[in-house]
This record gives sequence, C-alpha cells and structure tokens, in this order.
Amino acid sequence: MTTDSIPVRATDARPGSVQKKSRKSATPGGRGRQLFRHPGAGRQHHAGPVAYILLGIAALFSLFPLYWTMVAASTDNTRVTQTPPPFLPGPHLLENLGKAWQDAALGKAMLNSLIVAGVIALSTVLFATLAGFAFAKLRFKGRNILLMLVIGTMLVPPQLGVVPLFMMMTELGWGQQLPAVIFPTLVSAVGVFFMRQYLSEALPDELVEAGRVDGAHSLRIFWSIVLPIARPPMAVLFMITFVHAWNDFFWPFIVLDMSNPTVPVALTQLSAGYVRDQSLIMAGALLGTLPLLVMFIVFGRQIVGGIMQGAVKG
Amino acid sequence: MAISTSTPPDGAPGAAHPAGSGSGTEDQRRSTLLHRLDVRVAPYAFVAPFFVVFAAFSFYPLIYTSWISLHRVELSTLNLMEWVGFDNYTALWDDDRFWNALLNTFTIGVLSTVPQLLMALGLAHLLNYRLRGSTFFRVAVLTPYATSVGAAALVFTMLFERDFGMINWMLSLVGVDNIDWDNSKWAAQTAISTIVIWRWTGYNALLYLAAMQAVPRDRYEAAALDGASRWQQFLMVTVPGIRATIVFTIVLSTIGATQLFGEPLIFGQGPNGVTGGADNQYQTLGLLLYEEGWKNYQMGRAATVAWAMFLLLIVVFAVQQVVKRVLARRA
Repeated sequence: MTTDSIPVRATDARPGSVQKKSRKSATPGGRGRQLFRHPGAGRQHHAGPVAYILLGIAALFSLFPLYWTMVAASTDNTRVTQTPPPFLPGPHLLENLGKAWQDAALGKAMLNSLIVAGVIALSTVLFATLAGFAFAKLRFKGRNILLMLVIGTMLVPPQLGVVPLFMMMTELGWGQQLPAVIFPTLVSAVGVFFMRQYLSEALPDELVEAGRVDGAHSLRIFWSIVLPIARPPMAVLFMITFVHAWNDFFWPFIVLDMSNPTVPVALTQLSAGYVRDQSLIMAGALLGTLPLLVMFIVFGRQIVGGIMQGAVKG
Repeated sequence: MAISTSTPPDGAPGAAHPAGSGSGTEDQRRSTLLHRLDVRVAPYAFVAPFFVVFAAFSFYPLIYTSWISLHRVELSTLNLMEWVGFDNYTALWDDDRFWNALLNTFTIGVLSTVPQLLMALGLAHLLNYRLRGSTFFRVAVLTPYATSVGAAALVFTMLFERDFGMINWMLSLVGVDNIDWDNSKWAAQTAISTIVIWRWTGYNALLYLAAMQAVPRDRYEAAALDGASRWQQFLMVTVPGIRATIVFTIVLSTIGATQLFGEPLIFGQGPNGVTGGADNQYQTLGLLLYEEGWKNYQMGRAATVAWAMFLLLIVVFAVQQVVKRVLARRA
C-alpha cells in the first residue's frame, strides 16, 4: 500500500509545518524551502552598501585562493615563481593537469576516494535515517539515555584511537586497504541527530500509527512511509558526509601508503618532491578538489541549507 | 474450525485488524505476538548499527590506547607488548618536544579559533540582512569548507612562499620586507592558522546565521522600543540568543584545534613536515604522535601522546566550564 491512501488529519497546524510538501523530489523549487521552519525568522533589515562591500570582500577572500590555484595551474613554473605573480590564467592548464595526474598517481587516488566517500556517505545516511527514525518516532526503554549517548559520542575525537586502530587493521590484514579507512566512519553521531531532528518535525505520528493499524511491521513502515518523507535531508546528509569523507586526512594518511592512496594522501606526494614544479603542484591541488567543487556548484544551495538546518536544535 | 499453521506474511495487505481485537484464531494470535515482538525489538535493531560501529572503532580503541601507553610496542612487532608501567609518561614529561608541541598546539589553536569565530559572527550578522544574491554569498563563503586539506595547504604554502609568494609581494607594495613564513616561529604559526581560518570561517558563519534566524523577532522590537541601537541590539539580543550555538562551535573548534595535523604537515613540505619545521617551531601534538609512532616506530609512546591529547581536551573543557560560570556570575 502507498502512503497516499492514508488520510492524514493535520492536528499540528503550525505555520509552515512540513508535511505533504517534503515528499516532493530532493531538488527544492524556489526560495525559502527549508527542511525545518522556525517561527520568527530573525530580523529583516535591508542591507546597506557597507554590508554589501564587506560581504563582497568575504566572498573574494573565500574564492580567491581557488581562483589562483586555477591561474597557477595554467601557467608554467617559471612564470608562477616570478614577481609580481600572475593574476590571469595561462595556456598550459590541460597539459599541467595531465602531468600532475600522472606524477601524483591521481587516477587511482580519485577512484579510491570516490569509493571511500561514496560507501561512507551511503552507509551514514542509511544508518542515520534508521536510528533517527527510532529516536524520533518509536517508543522504547532507554530512548533518552541512548540519545544522550549518541550526542556524547560527538565529543570523542575518533583520531585519538589511531594507535590501537592501526594494530586492529594490521591484524585484520587491512593495512593499506580501503576497508581500513571505510569501517571506522560508517556511522556518524551528527547524522543520527540531524535525521532525528528532521523526522520529529516532518513525519506525522498519524502516519506511523496508520501503518501500524494496517499491520505493517517497523521495517515496512520505514521503507514505505519514512523513506519517501526523509528524502530531502538524506540527500543533504549524503553530500555533507561525502565532503567530510573525501577530505579526511589524518587516519588515511596513517593507514594507507602511496601505492594505494586517497586524494588528500596523494597530494602530500606533490609537496614532498625536491624538484618542485609549482604549477604542477597547483594542478594537482585543483584536480583533488574538483569533484567537490563540481558538487558544490550544482548543489551549493542545498548543502548550505543542510548545514543551517542541522545547526538549530529543534 | 480449521487451524492453519502457515504464518501469514507480515502486514498482509488489506488485513486491517486493529491491534488487540481479540478474535482468537491461531493466525491472529501469532501475528499479534509477532507484532508485539516487532514493536519491542525493532527500535533497538534500528539504533544498534550506530552503537556497534562506534563501540568497535572509536570507544574500544580509545580505552585500549591507555593500555598500550603502559607498554613498549615497536611498529615492526606489533604483537610484542612489553610492560613498562608509566615509563612512557615520565619520558614524555621530560621530553622538551612534548612541551613544545603542547605549546604550539595551544598557540595555533588560539590564533586560529578566536579570529575565526569572531569573523564568523560578523559574517553571520551581515548575511542575516535582507540581501540580493544571498544564496551566492552563502555558497561563496562555504566553498573553502569543500576544499580538501591537502589542496588548501598546498595553495597557501605557495601564497606564503618567501621569495615569490603573493603575500610577501603584496606586503612589499606597502614597504614590508620579505617575511620568512616557514622558518620564523610566529610567522609560520600565523600562516598555518590562516589556512584553518580560511577553511572554517564560512562554515561557522552559517551555523550562527541559522541560529540568528531562529531568534524571535519581538525581542528585537522590544529592544528597539527601549531605544537600543543596532549595535546594542546585536550585543543584547543576537549574541545571547545564539549562545548555545556559540558554545557548540567553540567545542567543535577546540576539538579540531587539538588534532591539527594536515595543515602543518603539508606546510612543512615533505620530509620535514612531520617534525613541524627545522626547529619543530610548528610541530603540533598530532604531528608528534605521528612522528613517535610511524617515524620512530614507538607505538607505546604514540599512544601516550594520544592519551595526553585526550587529557588536554578534558582540561580545556573544564577550564571553559569554569570561565562560563564566572562570566555568568558577573553578568
């Protein structure tokens, strides 16, 4: 049965409460489509010219290093190391990208990073949605204590366990292998909390009850009622987790070596050479960030929304 | 009355019997039992994956770290653990490199966290105005967050280059001589902090912005009626209104600062990276941990550094709590 046939009486008629709306596709249409709504949306003073100038400076500072990476990657080494430094792109971009691709073994690194970040993001989203649903809508003994535990785990920096973790992975025969990087980060406390916040608001109790009355078991309810509603925040959580997993450095640097690196690990290779070709280094840096930048250009608005939604305690 | 022994499929479509409708066929009793079991057990099954993975790969290693730190373990022979009691700790206590790394971690932490959060607060305030192109500004300031540590550190290393770096060139325009960003202690720590600030300011600004938008508008109206200026409203309404988020970002940034690793490593360029410069002038605790374990092959000592980092975090949070109390009392 589909959820559409369940009549829902919205007992909870807060302005802008998200119900039917959130079952559309994950691509938000138009402005102000938020995962969570808050009463009293701050101040609405119009920005003056000073605010625009300051924001322009902030945007410039944020974007300039990336622009300059592109400039440096498209010139040759002699031009990059002259003063004044170049400010406009040169003609060598593709050539340098090709060289950097080979020198830093970026092909393999890209594939590894895609696998690692993809698997971690998928599993984080799945387990966070499952746990978030349980914490938001199911009643069970010890629910609050367990939720406090989840939040408490955010304060435990996982990196502090690297020594025994390294021993474990060696023992399992996973040294230099991708599972060593994937397994420790299959779940995320922030993700669980994020999904719980969303589902508490967006999933009406009546829907879950109606599913129960129809004799659907919990997994079935999760599959046919929760998942369709949770799609937008799942997409956002996927992207944010992907960014974090792609950029994770400390642990991959320890457990992987240059024969089988992820992108950030491979990039260290570029800075380690004694003969330093600056424009190649920049080409490598550009390549290593490219997939994330593309994702950002396409889904920037949703990622911004997701970070903002996760920030507010409901 | 025929008794069928086949269990019905769970949630058979159309079999809409209200739970506890007490009609006593075997089938229904069984499905009620299954239903009760499901309601009782499923929630635990749903939250279990999180706790299992966390226990295996975060909690257990953290505890086991303290056990390893009481042993001598070589990287080449991980299965040979020789009990040495607190020797690793006394050795660490007497080791100048440890105090140097602790101090560096602290100074870089302060240099990167304080300006970062203050700038994020200002940026959030600006983004909270009604803007044209607000999405563009938000995405723009968040872009550094999507840049990998490796790439960011490489770019800034080049911008901070002594002889041809853009930053020294700009400084030369206003008459400042070339600064040796890598070898002078404060310059190197400033440069590394700049990388951290660049990557995280926008992210924190968005967290603050979200919190600001949840501050009820009538508080501002009340403050305005009392004759508060914009600046006073910011101090009296906005900042108290987002206090929880400010605390949250301080905690996150502190954890991040304690474990700083990638930025100084790559800034140090290659073989010298792990020592944090020629004189360890920017070696952080994270780098020291790596050096002890994977350069000097002393896993026991590396575990001791990790445990020291954990204690440091606890001390910092305790201090923050005390400061918060004192401030609350004065307010």
